[in-house]
Amino acid sequence: MSSLILKVNNLVKRYGDFTAVKGISFDIKEGEIFSLLGPNGAGKTTTISMLSTLYMPTSGDATIGGHSITKEPMAVKQVIGVVPQEIALYEDLTARENLIFWGQMYGLSGEALSSRVDEVLEQIGLTDKANNRVKTYSGGMKRRVNIGVGLLHKPRLLFMDEPTVGIDPQSRRAILDTVQHLNQQGMTVLYTTHYMEEAQELSDRVGIIDHGELIAIGTQRELTQRVGQTETLVLHIGENDDPQALATSLNGVENVLEAIASDHEVSIVTHEAEEVLASVVTKANERGIKIRSIDIREPNLEAVFLQLTGRALRD
Amino acid sequence: MLKTLLIGLKDLKLIFRDRAALIFMLLAPFLLTIGMGFVTGRFSGGSSGLSDIPVVLVNLDHEQLGDALADVFTSEELADLMEPTESSDPESARRSVDEDQAAAAVIIPAGFTRSILPAEGTSFGEGFSQPEPVQIEVYTNPSRPLSAGVVKAIVDEFVSRVEEGRIAGMTSISGLIRTGLLDPQNAESEARDIFQNESQTENAAIRLRNDQEGAQALEFDILAFMAPGMALLFLMYTVSYGGRSILAERAQGTLPRLLVSPTSAAQVLGGKVLGVFFTGVAQVGILILASTLFFGVKWGDVLGLTVLILATVFAATGWGMLITALASSPAQIASVGSAMMLIFGILGGSFIDLQQMPAVLQTLSRITPNAWGLDGFTTLALGGTLPNLVEPITALLIMGASLFGVAVVLFSRKGIMQR
Repeated sequence: MSSLILKVNNLVKRYGDFTAVKGISFDIKEGEIFSLLGPNGAGKTTTISMLSTLYMPTSGDATIGGHSITKEPMAVKQVIGVVPQEIALYEDLTARENLIFWGQMYGLSGEALSSRVDEVLEQIGLTDKANNRVKTYSGGMKRRVNIGVGLLHKPRLLFMDEPTVGIDPQSRRAILDTVQHLNQQGMTVLYTTHYMEEAQELSDRVGIIDHGELIAIGTQRELTQRVGQTETLVLHIGENDDPQALATSLNGVENVLEAIASDHEVSIVTHEAEEVLASVVTKANERGIKIRSIDIREPNLEAVFLQLTGRALRD
Repeated sequence: MLKTLLIGLKDLKLIFRDRAALIFMLLAPFLLTIGMGFVTGRFSGGSSGLSDIPVVLVNLDHEQLGDALADVFTSEELADLMEPTESSDPESARRSVDEDQAAAAVIIPAGFTRSILPAEGTSFGEGFSQPEPVQIEVYTNPSRPLSAGVVKAIVDEFVSRVEEGRIAGMTSISGLIRTGLLDPQNAESEARDIFQNESQTENAAIRLRNDQEGAQALEFDILAFMAPGMALLFLMYTVSYGGRSILAERAQGTLPRLLVSPTSAAQVLGGKVLGVFFTGVAQVGILILASTLFFGVKWGDVLGLTVLILATVFAATGWGMLITALASSPAQIASVGSAMMLIFGILGGSFIDLQQMPAVLQTLSRITPNAWGLDGFTTLALGGTLPNLVEPITALLIMGASLFGVAVVLFSRKGIMQR
């Protein structure tokens, strides 16, 4: 059994009256990809910020590689690499200059620094454009340099905070492949995202976080088993139609476990998708609501989140 | 320390890649200096930009050299520059200066000529020793440093010429007597002839930039006052711009990224401060070099100049850090920084000669690095060296250290650099 590289114990972060993280606890094993999945504002970035020693927790503690984040922050910093959500680079420096500078901040120098920078440039596919200033790069290329900086000192545990936000599908694919490649090389990854698909594709285990609380944790199979053999019918309705009214009317229909409204959509959790379909269409017609399309979804993390919180993940 | 240095150098590199910043830091002060040079006639061979400097002459010597110096101040060539009045009472002359009615009083003591030119009939025989020259007193008005400096420069140049003549005469006569080529009885008349030829102290002794030779004669250059004035004005922009980069880095995420690397908050803050300091030194250094190369400005003693630049930039950086610590956003620093640049420029004498300001503002000007810096640069331009800069350099260092202290406390309270 792999040893634990991260052990989080009842971590709390308060800002005045607002509690951003409400006593979360979880472990990550060496060699795992662990995803924190949750909507915007759930507390993912605050958690990462505490674990990376940027914010001091209000209470609780965590150990990384055996070092306490509150008592031994400098030792923790040697173990971790951080890829922040925003592009934290100097845009007037080239990619190579950025990597050299950040490598120096991690204590690299001389030939070791130079060869490591070349390796990372190769790894992120920017060797040819290494001497161009970062401000001339596309969003995806910047994201790759942003990741490269986090890899320079070969950290044992890499924190990646929503690294695919706001980029094109091709760049997103490249980043996901990079994460998997790094993991295959033995790097442990803590990945935060609000994209269910990314968590499903990458993770060995997933922690679902909402309103600062870790509401579920486990492998994807363990989590989906929580919602049983349910399916989710997703109705896409017209822009001028009222999803809440339709959801309310559907909540009384036979075999509908739950109907939840969101933007131009109504999600219906059921054991018998095909059987409830006719009733759903009838209800929509009665209310003059135009159904543009219908998806039937197998049990997934979205359904888990929906069932646990009563809200869709993207809300 | 190495990481601090690396952060500072990174900031220096970044600022030199920012065209807008370079325009403000280097081009604007350079162009303004050129503009002011034209306005004051510096580039058209006109006057130094100063005129009608009130000076009181007290000639108690009433002999050849004393009269020659008085004639210099009343000569046609200095008619536009000087407004001399004569007095026979040294105390009254000093009082005029104290009451700000004159920029300086030149007191030529009795016996000045005789201390340099021996009286007729003096023997140059064995055992003769030349008496120590009697000193001319230049009593200056500290509130008119520029005008007083010009008066002092004229007197210094005159005395220098006289001294050259005296030494040349004594050396020649002594040599002639020793070798038997000159009878000691005739030495006195020969000495007078040599002195006259060497010193050329009669009316044409001091020329103020009427020709190239004259320009060399009087070392003070009005651009040596204006160029640092502009450099210091825009130095305040540079330090506020540098301070802004701390908050900008926080906003763009590079500051948090630095703080999660194995780099302490003190190293990061020190590096940011060092970056501002490096940038300020580079800015002032480049402007000084450019004005020397393009305008031939003489800045004076290199050691004194170097120490003065470092001290001035240190104090200015302190102000930059203070407004950074007080502000809550880069935009706020930009606004406050621009206001500080202008207010300090006006108060510090970059636009208006401090002597023309009310006493209260002159006192207030001492809170600005500009005023102390300009004092130092003027002293250097007038021939001063490092020992003459003790007061401004001490004031600048105290100012910088105090401001850094306050800024660090404020940074700490606001938690800008804290976990």
